[in-house]
Amino acid sequence: MTAVLDVRDVKKSFGGITAVDGVSFDVQEGEILGLIGPNGCGKSTLFNCILGQLVPSAGEVRVDGKLVTGQRPAELNRLGVSRTFQLLQVFPKLSVRDNLILAGQEHRGSMMSRLFGPSDAGLTETADQMIGFFKLEHLADEPAGGLSYGQQKLLDAAMAFMGGPRLVLLDEPAGGVNPTMLGDLKERLIAINRERRATFVVIEHNMEFVMSLCSRVMVMAEGKVLAIGKPDEIRANPAVVEAYLGH
Amino acid sequence: MSKNSRLLLAALAVVVIAGLIVIPMNFNRYGLYILSQWAVMTIAAMGLNLTLGYAGQVSLAQGAFVGIGAYGAAILTSHGWPLIAALGLVIVICFIVGWLLGYPALRVQHHYLAFVTLAFSTLAFLVFRNESWMTNGIYGISNIPRPEIFGFPTRKPLPFYYLCLGSLALVTLAMWWLIRSPWGRAFMALRENPIRAQSLGIDTRRYTLMAFAIGSVLGGIAGVLYAPLTQYVDPVPFNLQLSLDLLMMVIVGGAGFMLGPFLGAMIAVLLPEWLRVAEGYYLMLYALAVIALLIYSPTGILGILDRYLSSRRTQAASALRAAAQSKLEAAQ
Repeated sequence: MTAVLDVRDVKKSFGGITAVDGVSFDVQEGEILGLIGPNGCGKSTLFNCILGQLVPSAGEVRVDGKLVTGQRPAELNRLGVSRTFQLLQVFPKLSVRDNLILAGQEHRGSMMSRLFGPSDAGLTETADQMIGFFKLEHLADEPAGGLSYGQQKLLDAAMAFMGGPRLVLLDEPAGGVNPTMLGDLKERLIAINRERRATFVVIEHNMEFVMSLCSRVMVMAEGKVLAIGKPDEIRANPAVVEAYLGH
Repeated sequence: MSKNSRLLLAALAVVVIAGLIVIPMNFNRYGLYILSQWAVMTIAAMGLNLTLGYAGQVSLAQGAFVGIGAYGAAILTSHGWPLIAALGLVIVICFIVGWLLGYPALRVQHHYLAFVTLAFSTLAFLVFRNESWMTNGIYGISNIPRPEIFGFPTRKPLPFYYLCLGSLALVTLAMWWLIRSPWGRAFMALRENPIRAQSLGIDTRRYTLMAFAIGSVLGGIAGVLYAPLTQYVDPVPFNLQLSLDLLMMVIVGGAGFMLGPFLGAMIAVLLPEWLRVAEGYYLMLYALAVIALLIYSPTGILGILDRYLSSRRTQAASALRAAAQSKLEAAQ
């Protein structure tokens, strides 16, 4: 079986600094891979290299066996790769529903057919399902900028699923979200993972969240892969404890 | 929006449209000229509102496209083309030139983009002035004929005003369609967060170029009406000043609001006329009025309305919440 995501020897340097230094890993269909490591270890840069926001200095990225290194983010998204960002990235002036419709519309038909087609690109129902799924019903018509931080995080995650992606890269989905809402978020992610066979890669600092959500965890330090394995193996790995988890 | 306020809005729209049709019947030649100019400038400002207000791309070149449209119409109709054919050609030219002008926007943004478009504006002005074989240079083109629409001559001011008003209505409908289509949503995404937009599969390059191209086409359409309105074109009205005026119309009316350009153009075209009683001081008064408005509301006139409506909505929501709270307490 070909991996959904296959990363080979990816390097990225900025001048004299090598942020990502020869990282290789793969993610199988339906997996949830956690990506942890100290601040500045290259996690987000790796994400940006995979997603086309940055072009890797060396190495290859394959999605479903197809070489996609250096492809633009919009093209990658249409291939079924979606993401959330570390900092909030919703469209504040659009309503919650419009944010979700926007997140799905480019997967419907061609640019021309969208211009002359229905104004919601036929997505109102899907958007409302997603709104219900993330328990945002009472906010559907509010501008997204008026939502609380945690609610915006939920919306941000919901947007990543509107295009029916195969692979979703989540950059710190739990950051700044209160414990109750965090439980909700985890539950939703697991449900989407099971029901839609969506594959996830999750960057996160909240250990409890990562260890209970992910089937495998990869640890990065100084741009390199330090360890990769099941959550229990990672917890027991002395090098990981030394570099990141602490004693 | 509640059903009542929707009804109220529709009634208001009918009254305004009826007013725009009926009241000018009693206007003199000059009044009709000014009102026609308002309609024409509104079309041009709507184009800039798309590029700047919705898609967030600064442009100081909209006046140049009005110029291209006006010269296109003047040259072609003087050679016996019907105005509608001239319009077709102008739309194609403005679309292509606007598309090309969009390319710098893929590399530079904000004030840098303003400078690039400013350079284009200057370039267009120099072409209008210096390429006399085509534009007759500083002497301009006079005796531009007014068209016949479905057999109706529009030589008199009133029919020509109706032509301008009808064009404005068509452009407004098209614009309304565009903004509420998925494209409109994509344009706003471009304005609010291009990086996130890309990660959602939105081809930001193509939408940026499209925003410039369509906005420029509206500038061209305004120009095609401008030429038979004044029946004389020379380079001076299409210098940088016009682009700045159009920018001001968009900002003062409220950038990113559908009706912003209508109000902005009204203030830019009509207010100076009303202030003429102040004689020599009218420009000063006008400038002060604009400065005061923008200090009070940087998002323009419709920004004031928008804030008022959203604060009322917040009040209504908190009233509902308070009512629910007290009901809950009473039940306990």
